[in-house]
Amino acid sequence: MNATAESYVTEDGRTIGAPVMEMKNITLKFGGVTAISDISFDIREGEIRAIIGPNGAGKSSMLNVINGFYHPQEGEIWFRGEKRKPMKPYQIAQQGIARTFQNIALFKGMSTLDNIMTGRFTHMKTNMFWQAIWKGPAEREENLNRDIVEHVIDFLEIQAIRKTPVGRLPYGLQKRVELGRALAAQPKLLLLDEPMAGMNVEEKEDMSRFILDVNDEFGTTIALIEHDMGVVMDISDRVVVLDYGKKIGDGTPDEVRNNQDVIDAYLGVAHD
Amino acid sequence: MNATIIDGELDTFPKLLARNAIKFSDKAAYRVKEFGIWQTWTWTQTKDEIEALALGLLALGLNEGDHVAIIGRNRPHLYWAMTAAQCCGAIPVPLYNDANAEEMAYVLEHSGARFVIVEDQEQVDKVIDAQETVHGIEEIIYLDKRGMRKYDHTHMNAYEDVQAEGLAGRNRLEPIMQERCAALIIDSTCVMLYTSGTTGRPKGVVLSNRNIISASASSSEFDDLNAGDSVLAYLPMAWVGDFIFSIGQCFWTGFCVACPESTETMQTDLREIGPSYFFAPPRFFEGMLTTVMIRMEDASPLKQRMFKYFMSHAKKVGPAILDGKTVSAGDRFKYQLGNILVYGPLKNTLGMSLVRVGYTAGEAIGPEIFEFYRSLGINLKQLYGQTEASVFITQQPDGEVRADTVGVPSPGVEVKIADNGEVLYRSDATFIEYYKNPESTADTKDSEGWVATGDAGFFEESTGHLRIIDRAKDVGKMSDGSMFAPKFVENKLKFFPNILEVVVFGNGRDTCTAFINIDLNAVGNWAERNNIAYASYQELAAHPEVYQTIKSHVEEVNISVAEDSMLSGCQINRFLVLHKELDADDGEMTRTRKVRRVIVEDKYSDLIDALYSGATEISTETEVTYEDGRKGSIKATIQIEDAKTVARKAKAA
Repeated sequence: MNATAESYVTEDGRTIGAPVMEMKNITLKFGGVTAISDISFDIREGEIRAIIGPNGAGKSSMLNVINGFYHPQEGEIWFRGEKRKPMKPYQIAQQGIARTFQNIALFKGMSTLDNIMTGRFTHMKTNMFWQAIWKGPAEREENLNRDIVEHVIDFLEIQAIRKTPVGRLPYGLQKRVELGRALAAQPKLLLLDEPMAGMNVEEKEDMSRFILDVNDEFGTTIALIEHDMGVVMDISDRVVVLDYGKKIGDGTPDEVRNNQDVIDAYLGVAHD
Repeated sequence: MNATIIDGELDTFPKLLARNAIKFSDKAAYRVKEFGIWQTWTWTQTKDEIEALALGLLALGLNEGDHVAIIGRNRPHLYWAMTAAQCCGAIPVPLYNDANAEEMAYVLEHSGARFVIVEDQEQVDKVIDAQETVHGIEEIIYLDKRGMRKYDHTHMNAYEDVQAEGLAGRNRLEPIMQERCAALIIDSTCVMLYTSGTTGRPKGVVLSNRNIISASASSSEFDDLNAGDSVLAYLPMAWVGDFIFSIGQCFWTGFCVACPESTETMQTDLREIGPSYFFAPPRFFEGMLTTVMIRMEDASPLKQRMFKYFMSHAKKVGPAILDGKTVSAGDRFKYQLGNILVYGPLKNTLGMSLVRVGYTAGEAIGPEIFEFYRSLGINLKQLYGQTEASVFITQQPDGEVRADTVGVPSPGVEVKIADNGEVLYRSDATFIEYYKNPESTADTKDSEGWVATGDAGFFEESTGHLRIIDRAKDVGKMSDGSMFAPKFVENKLKFFPNILEVVVFGNGRDTCTAFINIDLNAVGNWAERNNIAYASYQELAAHPEVYQTIKSHVEEVNISVAEDSMLSGCQINRFLVLHKELDADDGEMTRTRKVRRVIVEDKYSDLIDALYSGATEISTETEVTYEDGRKGSIKATIQIEDAKTVARKAKAA
């Protein structure tokens, strides 16, 4: 893994480009608690980047920093070659960053289709006036967005639950719908917060397949938090390891697996 | 009444296609739901699509007489691929898309297919796996481009690219295509279909244009099918019935074939399309009835009362009204009222409001299930058929429909019963031969063209209807010399919603015993209602209360079996509930879900021994194959239960 190389080709033939997002010396504090202290890492174009660490390591906080929900007290975020000014989450969504949540955050009473349609919201341009008149631009826009959403539904193979209220769906499918909503935004960078939490083996396999397919088919850069080490090591190109808000490891799955600090953080250290 | 095809006219599919493109030009021919919207192709467009593909296949070097394997779910494009192959003088060979790589490899090797047309990446992967042992495959053509970008494309093409290439070379290739089409005659091979094979390897059944088109023509006339009808194509493309419905009858009458969006959306798509002509195996009707009953239990008390009241009325007069018999005005009025309140909405939910002709075949259907649909006013009928007969041997005419027969010989089919009780038939539609298997051909089809069905049956003297007893091969003798017909008992048991599959043993033994598979859907729902927690099929199957329920079913069946003087020896003395569902991936069933008795007997010989040894439980370990071909094993301790039997009645009774 040569950090200076502009781009390289992975074993399975995907091209990984230059860094799209760089976190430089990020520190995030809540009152007296330092959630993240002085962490730097980058996410390269087209890669699957995992963020792992024990409970309370600061993984979700990190995702919320990337996502613009939290604003770090120190440090810089560079996105696509530009230093990012403090922004609201919706502005960040407009930049092409979409995410899913650790605890499913769907509209339970709405159908799968409508939930995924909400993912298109940031791309809608017609105002309330046109929406009310409906005929003309608003209808054309709706049809265009529906087409994109239908492609997402086809991609995730959830045609059978198109009209089902998501509250009635099993957990694994709700997770998939949430991924669908994020995909509908056609993001450049996709953030996944524990996409496989609480799933059985089969659901995990399906979800891993979809994550790899998204990356492969659309070239979407993916950053994910996950606890299942088997999954992380299998699907990610590079892994960054956090512990108590500090970065303790960064590199390919193999490098991380053999990193003594990482092993200690996960297995504990004998106190003698 | 017998529709005949005339030599030289409309005797091949390219000719039928040309006729339809003119006669039904702007009428819908094929539909498929894609991206949430029904896409439609008219007959003219269908012809253009088929020709484009045929030209492309010629450009790739498809030769006359080649076999073209076609693998995938029901898609218009794959149906067109069959006709396109015919337009090139080649022979389409549809394969079961859920077959694993090993099964697929056998058929690909045996048929010697040079070209393979598949639906998506999953099937491409299987074909590539198969190529380790099969070397005849030269070109793979795939329909869905997803995930295919990184494959080695030296001998691989996307369907639409093949079509584009064909159109680009139209001037050069069209004369060749016309020449190939013109060379087809009535006795050219139309299609080769592999039987599911309850015993041994699948056999390739060679069917000519004469077979397929005459079967399609006479069956269309039998039920007055016409261009205004529509069907939903959801059964495996490799199955002869689907070929007859979705290509044969479709091309002959010009009706519209709709393909569902995915396997899971079939029920929704059925409701949206509302077909007028519908075919399903008994399993499908059973499943749908179970779903209705489960959902009714959740309905409000008022609705439940209404449902019960009107269903009992429908049971009384519904079938009679359907058959056009005399029913009192009062009953008719009440039935009409029921139709508005219950039957109509229910049929609409099932997607069967418009069904004019419905068929079920393949297995016996439970009389209650059969009556349920007929009492709603759905014209559900039975037919008896085989791949070797291009489906139709016997079928039930309107007004003569019963649960226990399979009808009268289809138009143009002669049926007779051999001395040993086996049903024989011959017609224009009987197959040419088994591919590369003259011994089997000679065993099945005699010099006069009579084909042995392998089923034992008899004609009812009063009505002329055929009744099937069992597979001739499975009928045996018990040690005391009385007749053993496992299917007879199995079917009775399978009519209980809780029981999915049964295998009865007893040939050459003193008593009969059975393996039972519970229906996870029905029993799972019961468990939920009774607060019985379970984590897996295995756990639920072993639950003592489930055993008691199954036991009561078995004892009920024993009483009914005892009433039959010939078969009263087939009462089940002991049974067990299997720890896993019988599965086609493990080879225990065929892809059309028929039990492979020999394999089951062999694989579970320890369990059978235990059934006859008097043991009360047995520990076993079974190898299972997952969908992707990996293997694992299940360990279980299975209880064995005794069931009460009824003393045999005297022969005179």
